[in-house]
Amino acid sequence: MTPAAKGALAADARCGRASLASLTMIDVADVSRRYDGGQAALDHLSLHVAEGECLALLGPSGSGKSTLLNLIAGLDRPTEGTVTVGGTRVDRLSEAAAARYRRATIGLVFQFFNLIDDLTVTDNVLLPAQIAGRPATQSRRRAAELLETLGIDRHAGAYPGRLSGGERQRVAVARALMNRPPLLLADEPTGALDTASGAEVRKLLVDLHADGQTIVLVTHDEVLAATVATRTVRLVDGQVAGA
Amino acid sequence: MSAIRTVVRGAQRRRVSTIVIIMATAMAVTATVLAGLLLAASSAPFANAFAQQHGAHLTAIFDAAKTTKDQAAATAGQAEQTAGPYPVTTVTATPQGAPPGPGGPQLKVVGRADPGGDAIDKVTLLAGRWARAAGEIVVARGDVRIPTGIVLRLEDGSTLTVVGEARSISQTAQAWVTPDQAVALGQTGWQMLYRYADASSETAMTAHEAALGAGAQTQSWLDVRNDAAHRTQLFVPLLSAFGLIGLALAALVIGNVTAGTVASATRRIGVMKALGLTPAQVVRACLVQALIPGLIGAVLGIVAGDLLAIPLTADVADLFGTVPMSVTPWVDAAAIVAAILLIAATAAPAAWRAARLRTVDALAVGRAPHSGRGRVAARLAARTRLPRPVSLGLAQPFTRPARLLAILLTVGLGTAAATFAIGLASSLREIQAAAEKPDTSADVLVMPMDDRDLRPIVAATPGTGRYYGRGPADIAVDGLREPARGTITSGDARWAGYEMLDGQWYTGPGEAVVNTAFLTATGKKIGDTVTGAGHEPLTLVGEVFDGSANNHLYTDQASVPAGVVRGFEWYVELTPGTGRDTYIAALRSQNVAAEATGSEGLDGTLILLDSLTALLTALLVSVAALGVLNAVVLDSRDRVHDIGVHKSVGMTPRQTAVMVIASVGVPGLLGGVLGVPAGYLLHRWAVPAMAHGAGIRLPQSTIEVYGAILLAALTLAGLVLAAGGALLPAGWAARTRTAVALRTE
Ligand SMILES: Nc1ncnc2c1ncn2[C@@H]1O[C@H](COP(=O)(O)OP(=O)(O)OP(=O)(O)O)[C@@H](O)[C@H]1O
Ligand SMILES: [Mg+2]
Repeated sequence: MTPAAKGALAADARCGRASLASLTMIDVADVSRRYDGGQAALDHLSLHVAEGECLALLGPSGSGKSTLLNLIAGLDRPTEGTVTVGGTRVDRLSEAAAARYRRATIGLVFQFFNLIDDLTVTDNVLLPAQIAGRPATQSRRRAAELLETLGIDRHAGAYPGRLSGGERQRVAVARALMNRPPLLLADEPTGALDTASGAEVRKLLVDLHADGQTIVLVTHDEVLAATVATRTVRLVDGQVAGA
Repeated sequence: MSAIRTVVRGAQRRRVSTIVIIMATAMAVTATVLAGLLLAASSAPFANAFAQQHGAHLTAIFDAAKTTKDQAAATAGQAEQTAGPYPVTTVTATPQGAPPGPGGPQLKVVGRADPGGDAIDKVTLLAGRWARAAGEIVVARGDVRIPTGIVLRLEDGSTLTVVGEARSISQTAQAWVTPDQAVALGQTGWQMLYRYADASSETAMTAHEAALGAGAQTQSWLDVRNDAAHRTQLFVPLLSAFGLIGLALAALVIGNVTAGTVASATRRIGVMKALGLTPAQVVRACLVQALIPGLIGAVLGIVAGDLLAIPLTADVADLFGTVPMSVTPWVDAAAIVAAILLIAATAAPAAWRAARLRTVDALAVGRAPHSGRGRVAARLAARTRLPRPVSLGLAQPFTRPARLLAILLTVGLGTAAATFAIGLASSLREIQAAAEKPDTSADVLVMPMDDRDLRPIVAATPGTGRYYGRGPADIAVDGLREPARGTITSGDARWAGYEMLDGQWYTGPGEAVVNTAFLTATGKKIGDTVTGAGHEPLTLVGEVFDGSANNHLYTDQASVPAGVVRGFEWYVELTPGTGRDTYIAALRSQNVAAEATGSEGLDGTLILLDSLTALLTALLVSVAALGVLNAVVLDSRDRVHDIGVHKSVGMTPRQTAVMVIASVGVPGLLGGVLGVPAGYLLHRWAVPAMAHGAGIRLPQSTIEVYGAILLAALTLAGLVLAAGGALLPAGWAARTRTAVALRTE
């Protein structure tokens, strides 16, 4: 990655990572999430993430990792407990307020990319800025920079269907970073990728974190957790194991 | 079969869209039933009603003073079938509470014990019940309605209570009482009703009439039929137009619903095929899946259609002067069969396509890149300066051209119906206004009084501006059996406001203008001369519209012998600044009766037509809106995953709703752009056709009723209709839980 490209990613880093590591980014306090009738997907779980941290959530299938990420992203609400992100009580937001909160604060990366098939790569990346009503020229410049930084500027005008899995995931990351969110959430970002593509994405996350991006990462990939994360938390049955 | 059940159950789990499918089908079938009834009612309404009542070919009244009951009954041998003799009388009846005075309606009253149950002329009861006792009467419903409950006062002071309203297609009476009551009212004659084996020709009927002898007063069904024809032909094009739009719209909605249902099952079918479902099973599963909600909807639609048919057929019957059609199960049956055939015909090709789809492709539906359609639109929309949710929505329909077309046509037909209906209502209003104008163009009407010449009085009264006199006279015309009704004017009547269709108003003696019916009846043209007993030859200088289908002729007093008109009505325009009341008071002080002119208000037929048009338009527009609703629900369901993605990157519920509503923007606008001209042309064809059926030619002003602003507004109404249909699904899409949507495959 070129120094200039690094600059594009670092643009959203608040300050040097070391000095601010103690500031709280996420505070999940005594949270439970029960789906109607079923067993609790999250069971009185508490969790702290500091600014600049890269936290990896590990755990068996069905242990509640995605559920926790959804709560932090404001996509879902806890049955009990509070979720605070950057000082905002996410669990109390209305739908519209949650949407605005996501625009400003959260970048989301999914296992299956979740790109819009009918929009070009550039239009996909531009989407969060356009939905937020950001000025068009600035957004275009930012999108171009991101695509270049992530090495997919060749495909700017292509449709997602033509890209490889790794390329698609990089588009998804670019889209997640578009609005310079303080917090990046990634749910098994390498889960659908082969080894080589997985390595690309891993390197990308390492670079992002090195530039000060706070990241919460759900993964089954021990290598990913070991190389990227500053801390790992293991969930079992909706609780932090050995906490 | 259990595999089929799995596919079907999968569809049923999506409750909202299943309900929408059922509702849309139901509405469409309701529209089909009503449209079918309209078409059935509009085809040969008189013949059907006449057959239904087993109408009388000949109605005869024998003078009771010269003919005994037995003598009247003895004529039965001349016909194939007879009914009677029934006692007949004529009464002058005034509704109680109406101001006393001469000229209450004269009613021909027939005494029949069971008018609905006789062998001939089975009179249809429209409201209330039959007269069962003395003091009760049932009146025939006509242009003037005497509602049930009214008490009629007779000339001798006795009273009759109206207990029902009925209609005889053979026009055998204006009211019915019990036979004893008819005798008590002062019987004047015996009525006999006849049916013949050969009754279709004028010659045959004349022979039958002659056979009854000179003493019988007769009425042939051929004359009754002629009278009815004018009335029914007037409205047939109108009702047929509504019926056809309704059928087209229903077919479109059902087809669209079905295609959507099958398309949405494609992915599930992929899974089933991967597990070993054969293509034949796939086709069967698709058909079953489409037919189940379709059938439920069709049955509900039939029920709703039959319920709505009751007021509708009653209105139509009043309009035609016929009786409501008896139960028409064949319309229901036809609607069901048509709906099923249509569903099968739409589902079969879609199912066949699904069955032939390679399993991998079927599995990939909704996941893999689409065919790439609509990308140009998406790129163009992205370049606009519109808010992103709007531009995203606008581009959406282009990925599915078939659905775009379906919404476009649905909106188009809806706007066409609304355009047509609004035009029709305005035309009817204009026609009435044009026909009434000679009565409303002046300020004050001075009534004729015996033989007094009022002209000097009018001329001398302060405040009189322009004025002219008008009076009736029969004008004999060579070539016409009956004299034409003449309107004789005195003074300059050019400003009276008669709408000219051709030529101009007369300017001197020896000239006349006539209405269209006169030209048709005499075969004359403008410029020809009319001769007849009692007047000098008259040159026809103009064709005038007066809203009448009878032969009318207008000419100046100087063209006819003096004294033909007994009294003139004087129409006076007041000079500016003169109050009507003071002017009328001034005349009254000289013992001259005068009143302010004014519109008579809407006539009954017009009100009936208005309510009928409103009902049909509301129905068609709702069907169209529901069609849009269904299309948008299907579309949102296909896009639920994309909607989730948009929300995950910060789209608010409001923005989501805006996006969904914007997705019908293009087809809504195009639908209006196509529908308005279609409705406009339909109106341009139907209104003159209606008038032609009634033997009338209409002034251009009554046909060209659409202003530019109205047309523009109607075009935008397409957009409103589409947006209205998209509103509910937009709300649902806005409320979709993002986490759930993202999990949806
Ligand atoms: N919408 C839902 N309705 C009902 N139950 C749900 C829902 N979403 C998740 N669950 C349940 O909650 C539990 C936790 O699910 P979650 O998706 O958070 O697991 P996970 O740790 O992300 O698993 P994986 O590693 O397989 O993705 C599971 O038992 C799941 O069945
Ligand atoms: Mg998960």
